[in-house]
Amino acid sequence: MEHRPRSFYVLTAFFCLFVLFLYGPTLTIAILSFQGESGGLTFPMRGVSLNWFRELFQQQAVGDIWGAFRRSFALGLMVMVTTVVVSVMAGLAFRKRFAGAGVLFYVTIASLVIPSILVSLGVGLIFGQAGLTVHWATSGFGSQLTWTLPFGLLIMFAVFNRFDPSYEEAARDQGASPWQTVRHVVLPIIAPSLIGVALFGFTLSYDEFARTLLTAGSYNTLPLEIFGMTTNVTTPVIYALGTLTTLFSFLIIGVFLLTVWMLARRQARLGSDAGMGV
Amino acid sequence: MNGVSRATVTGWLLASPLVVVLAGFLVLPIITIVVVSFWQTTEFAIVPAFSFENYEFLFGSAVTWKVFAATFRYAVITWALTLSIGFTVAYYLAFHIRSQNVQIALFLLCTIPFWTSNIIRMISWIPFLGRNGLANQTLLDWGMIDEPVEWLLYSDFSVILAFVHLYTLFMVVPIFNTMMRIDRKLLEAARDGGASGFQTLVHVILPLTKPGIMIGTIFVLTLVMGDFITVRFMSGSQSANVGRLISNDIGLLQYPSASATAVVLLCTVLIMIAILLRFVNIRKEL
Repeated sequence: MEHRPRSFYVLTAFFCLFVLFLYGPTLTIAILSFQGESGGLTFPMRGVSLNWFRELFQQQAVGDIWGAFRRSFALGLMVMVTTVVVSVMAGLAFRKRFAGAGVLFYVTIASLVIPSILVSLGVGLIFGQAGLTVHWATSGFGSQLTWTLPFGLLIMFAVFNRFDPSYEEAARDQGASPWQTVRHVVLPIIAPSLIGVALFGFTLSYDEFARTLLTAGSYNTLPLEIFGMTTNVTTPVIYALGTLTTLFSFLIIGVFLLTVWMLARRQARLGSDAGMGV
Repeated sequence: MNGVSRATVTGWLLASPLVVVLAGFLVLPIITIVVVSFWQTTEFAIVPAFSFENYEFLFGSAVTWKVFAATFRYAVITWALTLSIGFTVAYYLAFHIRSQNVQIALFLLCTIPFWTSNIIRMISWIPFLGRNGLANQTLLDWGMIDEPVEWLLYSDFSVILAFVHLYTLFMVVPIFNTMMRIDRKLLEAARDGGASGFQTLVHVILPLTKPGIMIGTIFVLTLVMGDFITVRFMSGSQSANVGRLISNDIGLLQYPSASATAVVLLCTVLIMIAILLRFVNIRKEL
């Protein structure tokens, strides 16, 4: 083992502190969600109970958490599928130079950096002036796409910048049509990255707040519901909810990462051995 | 084809879904905001007009200037903190971790919170910073303070803490990405040339990492400038920034006034980005 410089140990300590800073608060509310029945929002723990989780599953005094969860889940899936399809198409488009590509690229970047509240306000105004009712599945859906699509497209850029075009040339030389080339050569190669795009699409939608605020209408998504709770719920039930949704997020992230890992392994196993010989 | 090349047609066809979404939910909404910012508010409704009264009111009010100043202050402090922390973390991951698997694992450890809920991550500071929170208890136990400190939660301190907590990842990821592309031979050359570790960091790594720093800077500045929820929640509604000015007007159904503020905010952010983009070519960095 090579000798490590002292800076390595200092930086390791710094990194550990950073990770503690990232996860510490989340762990704190996870512990506090098991607070005893007479306990409050802060330590000390007054006993240990599942009281606050039980309360989540009972008839709600305020709001409709499970309805909000179902809506957020459905919306997350809608946004996920749309983000993957639209990003791949746009990613393919940007591989070739076309007139106006630069403008479209900058508009996409603008979509990423524009203050979210402007999207919320603008979409809300359009629907209001057109006499339409805002709804999470229409205006909310579109607003969230302005946040997820730029991420999707940027990932596609990163993917295609590293993509070896000789695979496509080979397919073309074998007589594959452009569609066959995309379907049987390009898509299978970029599949693991598409899982990444899907992960961004789902999680960013599932947690999105600012762009959905004025565009979700009378049926709240989960983040809106949770934010509403912060103003009128003063018991650890909000920690129990926070813990459950965070666990759910971790589960989703785990499933996605596992899929990427398995796809990558499969590719490595079944991939070509061209160029491997001596 | 006459004039229009085939590549252009194919390009726009493939990009058409993206164009539809961006046109309908980004460009059109912004045009609407600009138009509405010239409208007038009566007692009962908002009426189409071409009036500068919203802007006159906005620029004539001392509150506006104070709130914009506060917003810039949040942005600059958060930027400085996220940059120093993010750079250090990225540097550690890129140059001190030798096993690629460990590197990927630690990188994921840093990015996973990005995929969880911001609201919950804000709420989770309450038991930490509150009057009877962990921080106060610990300081009391250690005898460093005699009575609980009040400014930990619902203050500018907690606002900036939350910003740093939420947005440092936006620095770590692009800086790490740029660092991983630095040719390791350059570091060897620096060492052979007799540079100390610190000199290599300042004269080789730092200049080569500039594009990543710029991208991270764009993210952090625009997120903080446009924020309204972190400031509202973490300051307990006691501090203001531009985003809150807009959301308060929306709450009062003062859409023309909210739109005017939004237009000014948008111009400010776009000018900042235009300046930053002079230092970096985003598409080359992906």
